Amino acid sequence: MMSVVLEQIFQVGFLAAIIRIATPLAFATLGEMFSERAGVLNLGIEGIMLLSAMTGFTATSLSGSLWLGVLAAVLTGMLMGALHALFTVALGLSQHVCGIGVTLFSSGLAYFLYRLIFGQQSVPPSIKGFATLPIPVLSDIPVLGPAVFNQFALVYMAMLAIPLAAFVLYRTPWGLSVRMVGENPRAADSAGVSVIATRFQAVILGGALMGLAGAFLSMAQFNAFTFGVVSGRGWVAIALVVFGRWDPWRSAGAALLFAFVDALQLRMQASGLGHIPYEAFLMLPFIFTIVAMAFMSRNAVAPSALLKPFRREER
Amino acid sequence: MFRLEARISTPAWFNLALPLLAIAATLILCSGLIALAGAGVIEAYGVMFSASLGDSYAITETLVRATPMIFTGLAVAVAFRAKFWNIGAEGQLLAGAVASCAVGAIPMPGPLAMLLMAGAGAAAGAAVALIPATLRVKFKVDDVVSSLLLNSVIFYALMALIEGPWKDSFSGYPISPPIEDTANFPVLMEGTRLHLGVVVALIAAPIVWFLIVRTTLGFRIRVTGENPEAARYGGISVERVLLSTALLSGALAGLAGVGEVGGVHFQVMSDISPGYGYSGIVVAMLARLNPLGVVPAAIFLAAVMTGAEAMSRATGVPAFLSDVIQGTALLAMLVALLFTAYRIRRIGVA
Repeated sequence: MMSVVLEQIFQVGFLAAIIRIATPLAFATLGEMFSERAGVLNLGIEGIMLLSAMTGFTATSLSGSLWLGVLAAVLTGMLMGALHALFTVALGLSQHVCGIGVTLFSSGLAYFLYRLIFGQQSVPPSIKGFATLPIPVLSDIPVLGPAVFNQFALVYMAMLAIPLAAFVLYRTPWGLSVRMVGENPRAADSAGVSVIATRFQAVILGGALMGLAGAFLSMAQFNAFTFGVVSGRGWVAIALVVFGRWDPWRSAGAALLFAFVDALQLRMQASGLGHIPYEAFLMLPFIFTIVAMAFMSRNAVAPSALLKPFRREER
Repeated sequence: MFRLEARISTPAWFNLALPLLAIAATLILCSGLIALAGAGVIEAYGVMFSASLGDSYAITETLVRATPMIFTGLAVAVAFRAKFWNIGAEGQLLAGAVASCAVGAIPMPGPLAMLLMAGAGAAAGAAVALIPATLRVKFKVDDVVSSLLLNSVIFYALMALIEGPWKDSFSGYPISPPIEDTANFPVLMEGTRLHLGVVVALIAAPIVWFLIVRTTLGFRIRVTGENPEAARYGGISVERVLLSTALLSGALAGLAGVGEVGGVHFQVMSDISPGYGYSGIVVAMLARLNPLGVVPAAIFLAAVMTGAEAMSRATGVPAFLSDVIQGTALLAMLVALLFTAYRIRRIGVA
């Protein structure tokens, strides 16, 4: 068993699979992280990813342009992020329940519009999704090259998004405002930072990243929209943010680790461990995440103002 | 100038007015989608209403559909009262369905079988709900995330069962063997599907109400939810209350699964629940976490679901409209609840 596992790990295909599985999770995790760093838990993530996957797929299917699809997905994510912020930031409603509401609403809308536009077809429509884009020179590096540098354009975007997110969060004035309104909104307010505006911006930026995650699923990974296209990846991203201690680098690392477990279970399913039902492998990443959270949560320090609405006049 | 002003108390008629306001807003907002689909709004809602509440048979069908959502609505209402964020009613329902199906397949006298099915289903649901509660109490794991992730785990476990040991070897379909005929819940009205579980659900609501409002456990649950520091100061073990709440909430969600197996499907399949666990959240919020309010709220959502299918057949509007209505109703209700905490007051311009 161990030798099988080790053999799998050092294959180009396996490494490439990890990167591909990690990409939507990295986008989603970074998106959720920005939102939570500003003090807003976004449980709408699962539905936002689904609706974005649908609008991205539809825009591409109708226009023939992949990037127009990506744009549609990002705009969808931003719009739904704004909706969540309207309820939780402007009106100060329960972040838990609003998030579930946004997920139910977005998923329902995704199913409804998809059925309205494409009807009920025996073979679900598909698009010609993103093709791999080998990067000259780098893709010639043995093993690592073809695995990491012969990927979809969206994968490279995710790779760039991680350092960029860290830079924005830790090195820019806006990032400082985000961290302030997430830790101590009262102090941020006294310092002249608009808590409401900053939170809105962070949740909308988070929505844009969730939109990219959805776009990747329906336009690079599956090249079709199905009702199970997201299947829990949004919930996993929320756990990965905790696991990554609300830090861009650690969160991305958590996404890679989860992707490793997921890729491993896919390989184990395929590689003749036939007496174990494949569902046992499908469960594995979820159980892994729950167990990992049990080890991590005791010392995890969430942003102090997470889940707490801000009203200036109340003290 | 207008400003929001905190309210001290809310008039009693708010309990009825707010959900009605939210539902009216929802139906108006969703009429845009009906128009987008090229159907008449009045006609579509008319079909929805007559197909779900228009005659006595339709009403029985709606009640059958409401039954699992009464149970999951109660499960969520109890949990949210203690601020135990149980989003796992879906998985607990599935666990209850699997356990009751396993028991129902054993030959034994009918009444005994039904009792044992209910017991096994409730126990299975409670056991599943205990996991996120324990993880929260012992390891500070966020209960929302763990209960959500568990839904996927339980679903795959169910799939492993019905595609493995329970698979129908004759047809090859991924469905469990049926329960014994004697274990089928009795039908209460000739020619309908109105089964014993419907009545049990209608009785469960006032029992849970009594438990929450009139017993010590209920008091502890409410105090823990409203002010855990005060609860601790008053000598209540918040941890124990959370665990008890989880057991109660999970058992109720498990019973939702029992009803579906014993009264509707008589076996387990992958789509035994079209998201009744999540609908339970909508039901509980519409009911303002009041167990008595859960019944009308569940009947409303059930009417939307049964009505949407008929509407889809008659007008071509996708039946997924019911999913949009559920999400919109939840959000509209949350906004309506603002009126309980605040009132809009006109103030002079300073």
